[in-house]
Amino acid sequence: MSKIVLTNVDKFYGKNHVLKNLNLTIEDGDFMTLLGPSGCGKTTTLRVVSGLEKPQNGSIHMDGKEIVNAAEAYFAPPSQRNLNLVFQSYALWPHMTVFDNVSFGLKIRKESSDVIAKKVASALERMQIGEYAKRYPTELSGGQQQRVAIARAIVSEPRLLLLDEPLSNLDAKLRVDMRSELKRLHHETGTTIIYVTHDQVEALTMSTRIALYRKGELVQVAPPLELYDNPCNLYTADFIGNPSINFIKGAAQVTEDGMTVDSAMGQVTFARADMTPQAPKSGRVEVTLGLRPEQLTISRTRDDEHRVEAHVYSGMPAGSETLVTVRVGGALVTVKELGSTHYGSDETVYLSFNAKKANVFDTASENLIKYCV
Amino acid sequence: MKPNEQNFSKSRRLKNQIKAVVTNPYNVIVLVAIILLTYLIVFPLVDMLATTFKLAQRDLRSVPGGVAGEFTFYYWQRLLASDMSMNLLIKPLMNSLVIGAGVSVCAITLGSVLAWLMVRSDLPFKPFFSLAVIIPYMIPSWVKSQAWLSMFKTPRVGGAPGFVASIMLKAGMSTETIETVLAPIAYGQIAVIIVLTLHYYAYTYLLVSAALNSINSELEEMGEIQGASKGLILRKITLPLVLPAMLSAVILTFSKAIGTFGTINYLGSPVNFRTLSSELYSNNRSQNTQTAFAMAILMICIASLSVFINQRLIGSRKSYATIGGKGGRSTPIGLAGWKPLITLVLIVFFIVGIIMPVMILIVESCMMTEGTYSLSNFTLYYWIGEGNPNIMEGVPGIFKNSNFKLSLWNSLKLTFVNGVFGTIFGQMLGYICAKGRGTFHGRLVEQLVFIPYLIPSVAFGGIYLSMFSKDQTIFGVTLIPALYGTFALLTLTSVVKHLPFASRAGTSNMMQISGELEEAAAIEGAGFFQRFVKIVFPLSKGGFISGFMLIFVSIMKELDLIILIMTPTTTTLPYLAFQYQNQNCPQASDCVAIVMFSIVFLVYALANIFGDADLAKSMAG
Repeated sequence: MSKIVLTNVDKFYGKNHVLKNLNLTIEDGDFMTLLGPSGCGKTTTLRVVSGLEKPQNGSIHMDGKEIVNAAEAYFAPPSQRNLNLVFQSYALWPHMTVFDNVSFGLKIRKESSDVIAKKVASALERMQIGEYAKRYPTELSGGQQQRVAIARAIVSEPRLLLLDEPLSNLDAKLRVDMRSELKRLHHETGTTIIYVTHDQVEALTMSTRIALYRKGELVQVAPPLELYDNPCNLYTADFIGNPSINFIKGAAQVTEDGMTVDSAMGQVTFARADMTPQAPKSGRVEVTLGLRPEQLTISRTRDDEHRVEAHVYSGMPAGSETLVTVRVGGALVTVKELGSTHYGSDETVYLSFNAKKANVFDTASENLIKYCV
Repeated sequence: MKPNEQNFSKSRRLKNQIKAVVTNPYNVIVLVAIILLTYLIVFPLVDMLATTFKLAQRDLRSVPGGVAGEFTFYYWQRLLASDMSMNLLIKPLMNSLVIGAGVSVCAITLGSVLAWLMVRSDLPFKPFFSLAVIIPYMIPSWVKSQAWLSMFKTPRVGGAPGFVASIMLKAGMSTETIETVLAPIAYGQIAVIIVLTLHYYAYTYLLVSAALNSINSELEEMGEIQGASKGLILRKITLPLVLPAMLSAVILTFSKAIGTFGTINYLGSPVNFRTLSSELYSNNRSQNTQTAFAMAILMICIASLSVFINQRLIGSRKSYATIGGKGGRSTPIGLAGWKPLITLVLIVFFIVGIIMPVMILIVESCMMTEGTYSLSNFTLYYWIGEGNPNIMEGVPGIFKNSNFKLSLWNSLKLTFVNGVFGTIFGQMLGYICAKGRGTFHGRLVEQLVFIPYLIPSVAFGGIYLSMFSKDQTIFGVTLIPALYGTFALLTLTSVVKHLPFASRAGTSNMMQISGELEEAAAIEGAGFFQRFVKIVFPLSKGGFISGFMLIFVSIMKELDLIILIMTPTTTTLPYLAFQYQNQNCPQASDCVAIVMFSIVFLVYALANIFGDADLAKSMAG
């Protein structure tokens, strides 16, 4: 239950500039996910917020109170920030039982033993690991250790919970279970959560907002669906979505009313109202069409004059859906179709898409110039 | 220009910066460590260097117009570029290098082969062999030299013949023949190299077997699947992976071998075989401090050079072993038809190289006059004799001897005090090195702590003797009173000299504790001391014990380091044995050595049983 504001934060490791003038606001009650490929600075952001790392520049405010002011060399110690952290490795103390691990912080704060017992019991119960209180971490499975780590973090009811890739060491099924549990935890406690992951599915399914990183810089901060529908540039569009978005090169004639794009997908016209402020006002521009695989429809017959001819490269039926890769002009395009259909290699098919849903990017600046509506 | 850069208070910034440094106990500890290390390691070194450029009163006659205490190149010139250089420096230096190189090659080969057989092959009786193989580490090299002499001593050089010579005499060979056949084996270069090899191979064994243990055998199996022969796998996969460990064993062995003194004294002096370290000792003994220190500096340079070359060779490979160390599966490699032969060779090696020296010592300690192998000659006089004026000038057997009791007490006191302090300091320094990885202070502490390693033991004792023989004052205030002849000096010298090992053990111990475990506690609000007591210490207990053991074993048998500092009241067991040997009474010396070895073995066994401690663990890293 707190609002965190990072202002102009810079972090260097030696000469390595890890966070570059970072500005990020995390609203009270947010489930904010820091997303990006490895080495892009998301964990560093988390550690800077937690107080384990000291940034060289910038300031951080928590509920209006300054906790970091690099210019004045002021860094509040982690324990005074009323937050807790779940490490990727869990960092459970191997020489302490589950109970001792979870109660450690409460004992440091000199709470009375009945309060400790009650709080620990409730935290363990919430994570459904009450019966393991007397065990040592090594006697637990990975999933159980994960629950202990979370119980340890929530037992002191922090206002801010930091999670550093907590699910990356779990197997696929457990990961899906824990996702829904974390989401439920967020809902029940209302705690502000900052969650670090490189897994875009985790980010899209759990967050209220996502901050996407690239090489120490923020690229886009938006709610999951907005990020998915209207990625602000080619990088975001490519990072978000599985299977990935299709990029098709084309050329556009821009006028005041909108633009007409010629590409392997035929000629399409977009209205000015759907275009972003970054879009040019007139002239010829090289553009890239961004088409999500599920926005494309595939047909064996040319039932519509807008359909373009394509040849099947490979078909991959997966029960509930079928992914088909087809060759259109010089490009390979992936199409996602519900249900299972078998396509033979080199079979001729016809594609079409809803122009309203398509994204268009300026190839030179890589920025989005036409929204999906 | 960022907007927040204009409006901040410089005084608040300064206040916060100072507060952050002062209120963090870690910083205070680092600061204290750096000050102490500078005082105890850098100062003596500088002092030593300065001494070699200062003219001493006793050399005034050799330097026309010289003033005592003035700057001079006299000593360096005498050592490096005078008629005496050949005898004073070049010959001993060549001998040192030959010994160093010879021992390195032999010990590394022997140690690596043993390590491979023990870790990776399907050798039988492994538990027995793996214990036998580290016993040499527990027997000091001077005890081995003593055993070597008992075995091969020729009748001509000083006193009774050794075991082999006695047999040859009985067989009717003339003294001259025995002399020509046996002397080259008994004394000098070959003898020194063999004895030191039998001693130092244990270092290679411990380091290489630790590295081999950490290699996932899947890496070798992959080679097998690709169709590589066993020899090829060994050469192309296994060897490169343990190469870093072997190279560190090389510097360890090389610098120890050129710095060794006891063995040279036992096996070299009868044929006037001198090395830099024995020259250093005799120069120091005869008050030629300046020359001795100049030699010590040369030895430090040689050791530094070997470390430098080693680091260049290892380079980025350093972390191989840890990368491979994830999967723990290990399938032994079949020795096939070679198995019986190799087993036999090993058993013979252990009997001849390890069991026999100990047996010889025990037998000899019970002989009235050495070299006479008849039943009537056996006696327990040297153990429990009451003091017969005809034997050993009336000195009683060791258990009736107040000198022995004093030495035993001194040794136990020294090893215990050192073990405790050395381990605590070592672990603290290890903590600084491990947490400060990549930072300036971390590197500084690591480098400072490493320096004593490069200083030959004899020279190290010499520096401390000269430095702490007078009051240590700063601005007229006496910090440390003169320590000559005190137990404190002995302790200080031993603790500082063993810091490299202790802190290495500490570092590898602390490296195993993930930083996140401490960070998790910091987030919960635990302060530095709470973290140390509740997290770091409980997790590193095993390392504390093996660190303690390492120091205990190493100081219990230490001779070279403390030989110059010894006074009658601070005598330790090794020094007593050394004295008896020099007084030509090897039996009494053997008795002392046996007692000492028993203590070392007992402590090792106890630590192994109760502490789950492992010598190899503290050696590696």
